[in-house]
Amino acid sequence: MKHILGKWDRREIVAAGAALIGSVALGSSHSVRAQIKSGDQPESSEMWLKVRASLFENRPIANVGDDTLVLDAPVRAEDAAVVPVAIRAKLPQTAASHVSKLYLVIDNNPSPIAAIFSFTPQSGRAEIETRVRVDEYTFVRAIAETSDGRLLMRTRFVKASGGCSAPPGKDPQAAMASLGKMKLRVDGDVVLGKPTLAQLMISHPNDSGMVMDQLTRQFTPRRFVRSVNVAYAGQPVLSADLDFAISENPNLRFYFVPRGPGALSVEVVDTAQAAWKSSLDVMPNA
Amino acid sequence: MWPPHRLTAALVLAAVLHATTTAAQGPASPAQSASDVPALDLPALDVTEIAPGVFLHAGKLEDWLPANGGDVANLAFVVGSRCVAVIDTGGTPQLGRRWRATIERSTRLPICYVIDTHAHPDHVLGNAAFVSPDTRFVGSAKFNAAMAARAPYFLRALERDFGVSAAPDAVVYPTIAVDGTRELDLGGRTLVVQAWPTSHTDNDVTVYDRSTRTLFTSDLLFVQHIPVLDGNLRGWLATLQQLARVDAALIVPGHGPTRRAGPEAWAPQQEYLETLRRETRAAIKSGKTLSQAVDSVGTEAASRWQLAERFHRRNVTAAFAELEWEE
Repeated sequence: MKHILGKWDRREIVAAGAALIGSVALGSSHSVRAQIKSGDQPESSEMWLKVRASLFENRPIANVGDDTLVLDAPVRAEDAAVVPVAIRAKLPQTAASHVSKLYLVIDNNPSPIAAIFSFTPQSGRAEIETRVRVDEYTFVRAIAETSDGRLLMRTRFVKASGGCSAPPGKDPQAAMASLGKMKLRVDGDVVLGKPTLAQLMISHPNDSGMVMDQLTRQFTPRRFVRSVNVAYAGQPVLSADLDFAISENPNLRFYFVPRGPGALSVEVVDTAQAAWKSSLDVMPNA
Repeated sequence: MWPPHRLTAALVLAAVLHATTTAAQGPASPAQSASDVPALDLPALDVTEIAPGVFLHAGKLEDWLPANGGDVANLAFVVGSRCVAVIDTGGTPQLGRRWRATIERSTRLPICYVIDTHAHPDHVLGNAAFVSPDTRFVGSAKFNAAMAARAPYFLRALERDFGVSAAPDAVVYPTIAVDGTRELDLGGRTLVVQAWPTSHTDNDVTVYDRSTRTLFTSDLLFVQHIPVLDGNLRGWLATLQQLARVDAALIVPGHGPTRRAGPEAWAPQQEYLETLRRETRAAIKSGKTLSQAVDSVGTEAASRWQLAERFHRRNVTAAFAELEWEE
């Protein structure tokens, strides 16, 4: 399957992510790390300035409203391990003008660049719903990049979950036992030429690798879903570069436009280079 | 059943005896620094003898917060003829020190076991106060992995919310790993520690005192405090079926008052969890998203519990992420 990432290839993203992880190493620096509690001054968030420089350099980024870009995220992370997030671009998705990428940034996570989603006109809509881990009180950002090179941003402040809720998965042993199992689903009537909602579920512990073994004092190797590529009838509709900020058992809801009968095909690759494929035959109604 | 009575009077006398034993307590635990209040000066926690030799400190029916000093989980100790077992150590290092001082004022016997019922902060962040050559820590075989993954977050929450700066070694890990069951001999009485399949968490253990038929469920049973799902809903419901068959006289939940054994002890929690399962399944079947389900599932059933506003939406989130994988 042809990857549809543009300027950024996977290695660059990994490198950017790794550099940012280094600057907020979990645990060791907990006492010196500033802990924010309020949603004031999103533009001056220290981590955002680093992410912004690494992803967008000095390009202008416009703050936009719900008529252009919607970011749905809860006010408080009820379960720190599973926080639903939806990004919906309200711009036309045509060959002439479309949203080519959606970036999901969680400023105060150990790896702030949670995901980069790439779309094509065949996506029909540049929309994505997923679930993420939220470590701390943080700004969550959606940045849309258009085919003509504009950058548009929405920002929300999400309060950390309190009490006994934490970002690690609930049952890593169970997730590992069914590693790579997928469920691919298309909901509702499928109409020829209309954007159609699909859901992909991947069984995977999506391990951050930040857990130290108490006996060996070694960190467990990180293993998480790195990329998801989806095509319909051979045409790319979604390419996702993901990080361990995505919850255990990654879940993606996205759109595609069926222009005739075809297969919705998915390829998933994790950081251990394990790859899994799934496909679903679709027969749109006229 | 043994008539419960207050222990406070006995504690005054025990405090005098305590002064002679502290010198032999072994090396200071990591949390006991020079700036800390001496254990002897710490005010005792309220303790009730709920069965012969079985003592309970009832945590407040509140979330783990600075306002209550993290004193929200039920904590217990059981006294044998040779030594004492402590069941959970409290929600902060400071509370752990108070808890240990409380126990040492009531008995001169050494604490030979600390049982960590599961890797949640309100139950085990007091562990450091109990580190001693006499004491072995006991937990599920899955406790250490779960705690290692969560410890940085718990320590950060301590710092952020409680203003308590705790070093990473404030987290103490069990060295006796229970997979199945394990018997602990306290001299003249035996405790049975049992590990369960993923339920409230993936590392729950219960403790059963044979001589009084007291069952400490920890957070496998919540009373009045809304149950909190951080494991597997279907596993928890299956575990409840088995727990209800244990030959117990008295049941000590992880949060909320004790219950005499019998179906009515388990029924409210069972009904809530079954409703959560039923309505979450229905939401998934009707094509609702996780966000939509969180706003609609089980709100009526949750309204009968304390702290529903704090935990119910979280429970729906966890239930949804689990049940959407059902075939």
